[in-house]
Amino acid sequence: MLRYLITRALSLGASLIVASLVIFAMIEVIPGDPASFMLGLNASPDTVAALRDDLGLNGSVTTRYVNWIGGLLVGDFGTSYTYRVPVSELVLERLQVSLPLALFALILSTLIAIPVGLIAAARRGQMTDYTIMGATQMGIAVPNFWFAMLLVLVFAVQLRWFSAGGFPGWDTGISPAVKALTLPAIALALPQASILARVMRSSLLDVLHQDYMRTARAKGLSVAQATRRHALRNAMIPVLTIIGLQFSFLLAGAIIIENVFFLPGLGRLIFQAITQRDLVVVESVVMLLVFAVILVTFLVDVAYAVVDPRLRRRA
Amino acid sequence: MTRLPAQLWIGAVLSVVLLAAALISFLWTPYDVTALNIADKLKAPSAEYLLGTDHFGRDLLSMLMEGGRISIAVAVLAVGIGLGLGVPLGLMAAANRGGWLDEIIMRGNDLIFAFPSLVIAILITATFGPSATNAIIAIGIFNIPVFARVARGGALTIWTREFIMAARVAGKGKARISVEHILPNIANLLIVQGTIQFSLGILAEAGLSYVGLGAQPPTPSWGRMLADAQTMIYSTPRLAIAPGLAIVVMVLGLNLMGDGLRDLLDPRIRRARE
Repeated sequence: MLRYLITRALSLGASLIVASLVIFAMIEVIPGDPASFMLGLNASPDTVAALRDDLGLNGSVTTRYVNWIGGLLVGDFGTSYTYRVPVSELVLERLQVSLPLALFALILSTLIAIPVGLIAAARRGQMTDYTIMGATQMGIAVPNFWFAMLLVLVFAVQLRWFSAGGFPGWDTGISPAVKALTLPAIALALPQASILARVMRSSLLDVLHQDYMRTARAKGLSVAQATRRHALRNAMIPVLTIIGLQFSFLLAGAIIIENVFFLPGLGRLIFQAITQRDLVVVESVVMLLVFAVILVTFLVDVAYAVVDPRLRRRA
Repeated sequence: MTRLPAQLWIGAVLSVVLLAAALISFLWTPYDVTALNIADKLKAPSAEYLLGTDHFGRDLLSMLMEGGRISIAVAVLAVGIGLGLGVPLGLMAAANRGGWLDEIIMRGNDLIFAFPSLVIAILITATFGPSATNAIIAIGIFNIPVFARVARGGALTIWTREFIMAARVAGKGKARISVEHILPNIANLLIVQGTIQFSLGILAEAGLSYVGLGAQPPTPSWGRMLADAQTMIYSTPRLAIAPGLAIVVMVLGLNLMGDGLRDLLDPRIRRARE
């Protein structure tokens, strides 16, 4: 187990280094001079020189890369050119919206998908199964931001149960904040839940035909007991993969959904940064997103090894 | 002869209708989408304007037809990038199974998987500015590892078959075997995956255009139309319905087609159904 963990951790480190090189090259090397790019064509040479100084652009490419990574490691993300505050401050503030939103959606999607998938598998070939499969087929086809707009139309404009957007902040108490995140989380969760429910159903159907299930029945367990004790644990392996994969989709999805509900999260930060050519912000936020995805993949791999001892030897 | 699965039919009809509408828009649309006609702005659906007009008086049906062009073209070209680069990589990896080339290609795949297409689009846009081309590149890059994995996985099972052994004994090289014997045998898998990536591409393009990273005005695309509609969601919610439905129908059609094709082309599933 320890050897497996070490191998996986080394590969995690290698992925992060390569990813950071790619991002650094895209943002700081390809545009030529980031300072003149950020200031536009009409900037005076003095201003450009001052910004070059500010950004530490006068060093060699290698020094700049090492400085950037060294900064990231100690939580120094640089200073935003447009906001004039440390990027880490901005990111921390925005994460208080994006992270709870993605997690809220992940929990909702799992809570909906697992029972729905179970029911569909249990009623295989019956009307319930067909209805559920039809509904999930629709769920996969609906773009989450459009679904978000429909939710706004029904629950905010017509019924007035929720506000159509904005975020009161966590200072005003948990319940107004959670309420503001509810419609966005539903919009994010339903399409993902559709995928997850289908995976749950097919994975369970696969497992139910295994020999060990027949053995379990033969030794006198009821269908429900055998399912609970033997089938579910095995059926969860593919479901776990998809949940892990979904986290990155949810984080990316959250960025788009924030636009529909005017939520002050990472998404709005990064799109404003793109329009204002604030490359310092774009670079660090993208690195953070990629870090999150790579880390979650690593955690899923480790979780596998815990659930399924056979996988540990494969390292 | 096997009967075609029902979902294949339904899916094909749904997506072909929208594809045809987009193609017809090259020759004819009910109205010119670039002509602003303020006098007729925000007209409700009528015999004159079947789906009504937007805040510039543009005919919604015409915009929907032309918008489909960009949405479909972006998704198709992105699938092309994925097939064109991913399949050769996957074939090379399978032909050198366990070797350093396989290792490099597969680790490279893992790395690209860490960049969701939205993040790739953000990176490209930050440097080169937003455009439909950048959306194609972003979604295309995301497709590469998907096709590489499918091609490698499919190819590995074919490499163990006797007729490949026969080809090797006959003196054919790895590259030639990959092209002449492996590729035709994994074409089914690639077609099914292509349909799925096509539908994901439509969704991705819509998302990118919606947040302003894709097609730029005045070019209509389904995602852009939704972004425009959002500003008027209180006064004229109707504008948000049609483009969204177009996306849903297209994606649903492609997904049903993909499922149907898989049933049709995968002998194991076919046997289970009979």
